[in-house]
Amino acid sequence: MNAIHLFYEVSGDDFARAGEASGDVKQKLKSLGYDKTAIRNAAIAMYEGEINMVIHAGGGVIDVDIYPEKIEIKMEDKGPGIPDLDMAMQEGFSTAPPQIHDLGFGAGMGLPNIKKYTDKMHIDTELGVGTTVYMTVNANK
Amino acid sequence: MNEYIHSVTLDEEKCCGCTNCIKRCPTEAIRVRNGKAMILTERCIDCGECIRVCPHHAKRAKSDPLSVIDSFTYKIALPAPSLFGQFNNLSDINIVLNGLIAIGFDSVFEVARGAEIISEAARKLMETGELKKPVISCACPAIVRLIRIRFPELCDHVLPLLTPMEVSARLAKKQASEKTGLPEDQIGVFFISPCPAKVTEAKAPMATEKSAVDGVIAISRIYPQLSAAMDKLTKIEPLAFSGIIGVGWANSGGEATGMLNDKYLAADGIENAIRVLDELEDERINDIDFIELNACHGGCVGGVLTIENPYIAQARVQLLKKHLPVSKNHALDNAATEFHWTNTLNFTPVLKLSDNLEEAMEMMTKIDEITKNLPNLDCGSCGSPSCHAMAEDIVKGNAKITDCIFVLKEQLQAMAKSLSSLS
Ligand SMILES: Nc1ncnc2c1ncn2[C@@H]1O[C@H](COP(=O)(O)OP(=O)(O)OP(=O)(O)O)[C@@H](O)[C@H]1O
Ligand code: SF4
Ligand SMILES: [Mg+2]
Repeated sequence: MNAIHLFYEVSGDDFARAGEASGDVKQKLKSLGYDKTAIRNAAIAMYEGEINMVIHAGGGVIDVDIYPEKIEIKMEDKGPGIPDLDMAMQEGFSTAPPQIHDLGFGAGMGLPNIKKYTDKMHIDTELGVGTTVYMTVNANK
Repeated sequence: MNEYIHSVTLDEEKCCGCTNCIKRCPTEAIRVRNGKAMILTERCIDCGECIRVCPHHAKRAKSDPLSVIDSFTYKIALPAPSLFGQFNNLSDINIVLNGLIAIGFDSVFEVARGAEIISEAARKLMETGELKKPVISCACPAIVRLIRIRFPELCDHVLPLLTPMEVSARLAKKQASEKTGLPEDQIGVFFISPCPAKVTEAKAPMATEKSAVDGVIAISRIYPQLSAAMDKLTKIEPLAFSGIIGVGWANSGGEATGMLNDKYLAADGIENAIRVLDELEDERINDIDFIELNACHGGCVGGVLTIENPYIAQARVQLLKKHLPVSKNHALDNAATEFHWTNTLNFTPVLKLSDNLEEAMEMMTKIDEITKNLPNLDCGSCGSPSCHAMAEDIVKGNAKITDCIFVLKEQLQAMAKSLSSLS
């Protein structure tokens, strides 16, 4: 026991709904009375991941495990994969097309933000197969 | 003190136990139990949404009758800026102010004056760089209460200055005492309010220990008498002492305009305000210095104790402003200190399941299991606002699974089946 498991499917063609999963996780963490800072960090990081799934990978699935001492998030897509991970992790690097910039995304800050707001982050990616982003946010109990 | 005093209350006799209010409440603070609505007081933010939506007028806002003013020697009316939007063809604010004198007040002090002072004090305070940006307006108590129970990370973004109502009450009392020589306790100050949230804020303030407001009279309650008196006026004394900035606070966006800073955002309607707060909490709102949020559509002109359509009232306020100077009231250098909150806004986690995290996690697991077994129609017939809220109520011991009419029907059918197989 002592984990709460949550599962979400993120649709790849609906921008307006991106953020629903991270919003739900935030709501749940709040009703648990979870560590405030951990809630914020997890919500921000997961939101970035969710947006990336929609913009770059056509959607995907998210598993969240909430433990008393940490939150683990796994975001998996079957998108194009990331050719150069080091490059993608750099602030300001983005392949987002212009119409995405018009929506206020594409600053190339998503992955760096995930890194900044999480305690652990790891990405598995393979061209043509997909990308899985793992993140852990520790709770200050 | 008196943390859970509320203006919004239920008239049991009129309540028929329908589901309109439970579905509309932004904090899920209402349940129907034993055929009557009940308000979970610790969750209620006095926004008045339930009053707006109740077709049976069973939800009411407690406020004072005009007769409260009788127990004071000197009586001052504090009209909210939104009051001025309630009258057809009003060309001059003075007509309303003279009307207030005609129905029994000794003097008037427009809340718009306090608004101008707070606008200026807020601008100065923002310049010091001491405030966490974006700064969230403190003027709508329903919004501040919402932040207090739902947005822990945002409590310290709320502008820590008193509301225009409170500032006006203090100044009015002081000035009247100087003018009349009466002690302040013989001077009664009465706010003419557009909403229940401000009634609560006067009775049990968040910002300070005790409010200087002695009574709160609803606009809707004073309206008939006031407009009759306004029609009968023979002479209009020039009493008004406020400008565009102060009167503008009636409308959504008015307060933000008073900040004289283009990097602002103004949202009205509680659901829109929640969306903004959610995004702000996730740090998705950048390049904005000031956020004005009003629980009511259109701003305070849309308050549930007003009578006019908020959009018509908005247009009227807009017209009235035309002939006014920009601002007539100025903040003294020490205003930000003098009108600073003396309390701190502390997050009160009334929505959390348990004080113990592991217990809360166990409860959540049970809630999710129960939710799966409910029909997920969110019909409200059980008396809870959604199937999920119902599951939470069950786990907390406040409801039972057979309160769900669909579960009950299934159980009865199963029972009937087993009975018929016996015969
Ligand atoms: N799930 C993914 N699948 C494929 N490519 C991705 C994925 N996530 C990120 N990328 C690639 O990495 C780049 C950098 O991602 P990052 O989130 O940092 O910036 P962005 O999404 O382009 O802009 P921002 O997040 O600031 O809106 C993206 O432009 C994209 O090329
Ligand atoms: S917007 Fe104005 S009228 Fe409405 S609840 Fe807030 S303070 Fe009251
Ligand atoms: Mg991104």
